[in-house]
Amino acid sequence: MTTSLHRTRRPVLPSMLKHGLLLLGALVMLYPLLWMLSSSFKPENVIFKDLGLIPRPFTLEHYVSGWTAIGVPFSRFYANSFIISGLSVAGTVLSCALAAYAFARLDFRLKRLWFALMLGTIMLPYHVTLIPRYIMFFQLGWINTILPLTVPHFFAVSSFFVFLIIQFIRGLPRDLDDAAAIDGASEWQTFWHIVVPLATPALVTTAIFTFIWSWDDFFSQLLYLNRITSYTVSLGLRAFIDSQDRSSFGPLFAMSVISLIPAFVIFIVAQQQLVEGVSRTGLKG
Amino acid sequence: MRHTLQTSSGDGVSVVTPPRRLRMSRELRRNLVAYAFLTPWLLGLLIFSAGPILASAYLSLTRYDLLSPPEWRGLTNYVVMFTRDPRFAKALQVTANYVLVSVPLQLALALAIALVLNRGIRALSLYRAVYYLPSLLGGSIAIAILWRQVFGLDGLINRALALIGIQGISWIATPETAVYTLVLLRVWQFGSPMIIFLAGLKQIPREFYESAEIDGAGRWNRFWRITIPLLTPIIFFNLVLQIISAFQTFTQAFIVSGGTGGPVNSTLFYTLYLYQQGFSAFNMGYASALAWVLLGIIGGLTLVAFLSSKYWVYYES
Repeated sequence: MTTSLHRTRRPVLPSMLKHGLLLLGALVMLYPLLWMLSSSFKPENVIFKDLGLIPRPFTLEHYVSGWTAIGVPFSRFYANSFIISGLSVAGTVLSCALAAYAFARLDFRLKRLWFALMLGTIMLPYHVTLIPRYIMFFQLGWINTILPLTVPHFFAVSSFFVFLIIQFIRGLPRDLDDAAAIDGASEWQTFWHIVVPLATPALVTTAIFTFIWSWDDFFSQLLYLNRITSYTVSLGLRAFIDSQDRSSFGPLFAMSVISLIPAFVIFIVAQQQLVEGVSRTGLKG
Repeated sequence: MRHTLQTSSGDGVSVVTPPRRLRMSRELRRNLVAYAFLTPWLLGLLIFSAGPILASAYLSLTRYDLLSPPEWRGLTNYVVMFTRDPRFAKALQVTANYVLVSVPLQLALALAIALVLNRGIRALSLYRAVYYLPSLLGGSIAIAILWRQVFGLDGLINRALALIGIQGISWIATPETAVYTLVLLRVWQFGSPMIIFLAGLKQIPREFYESAEIDGAGRWNRFWRITIPLLTPIIFFNLVLQIISAFQTFTQAFIVSGGTGGPVNSTLFYTLYLYQQGFSAFNMGYASALAWVLLGIIGGLTLVAFLSSKYWVYYES
């Protein structure tokens, strides 16, 4: 009754106007991205004269020349980034899930204290631990290896995700756990065969955001990786800017486009997970 | 078990002991199991958080260059910072200005679009996805590179301005405008707070609006008397989150200024200055002190937000 009232009241024109404005806004937002994509297929002398989005004439030369422009092929940077991000994801999901299960389902001494400390580290700026961590890795001889960028992830350093998974596990019914316990399942079996499968949505959210953050990371990679063969995509692009003269943006755009592919694929495949992850937790993305 | 107890019932000690030992070991076992699950996180807390925090508090009171041992300086680093370091003052001012301008603009836009999208619009998920995309990609180097180009002398903006006969400046290389290109970059990423606002708006019961409408409340009134008050917890949440994240902006300023914080220190963001002190000049003691001041600022802002929240945040209970 009320909805039909609403519908009859709403005229067609404002609705079209609204869609028009929303579409215009979307176009303005996406225009720089689309322009970069299309420019990466335009010949160098056309890029800055042409504001259009259709590359004419069309060329792949920037992808070919950009791939090897700074000595080491871009595939190397890509592989390095994938190794670092992959290990970060594996470490974070595993260690955070273990800790979250303990906090959500088990009883132990000092639980309140640890829980409070876990919450306390969520908002802690990275910079407060930065310099001592650097000194520690320096003394371990880990500079110029991927270890400083991956090992901490195996120790659940992103408390935020511990919290995220705890909240999710708390929302799961306990019946299955109890049934498993009656059947003589150990805590490990309950964790692995019951809680982990049920908590998959939270684990996927954790995996996605850990991947994107470590893929986009620049600050710590800048600190720890100084040798060009161990460069990641972020560092490769940055070296690219320095090596290029101002006038050739084509190869730079081409490699920038390549660097965005993983995040874009995730965006296409896991849109629902992303939106839910953000609205439930305020993850930035 | 009961069988064992019964047969040994003649011996008082053994009747009582097995259950108690069993109970104790069960308690112990429960703790051991829980701590086994917790071990990676606990080690991480000690090695990568608690230990480094204490170490950086100590280092902030020293002069340290990584190669020679730390040299005790008491509070000198902090005194120098607040009295004799014009670049610190500049970094603080640049960052504060950036946060104060970009966060309100970003949140206002996020709220406005969320309100439009919330009114039962067709193709909602499409719009939501498109508006969210910049938030997802915005932290990358590629976008920072794009921004450098868009606002450069030969950039997209100036090309567009040239079409209507305006000769643009290099927005990136001009001290007065450089930081505002970064403000725009942040505002461009309004998608994630928008999604949070949308989730909040969905929680407001329709009946509130319907009964207000019956009582003759206009659109404007409904917005200010219903939507805004009921949304204040979400606004508060977004505000705290974005302030904390904006204060730590690094990558974009680094790429756009080529790592210098220029032109004329106009994009010398706080974390960029910390990076320069710690890892270009190797003043690691001073950089630790900068990190503690950053912690103080972020903690202080969060505290102010929480303390003030009881005056303007409406919690339904």
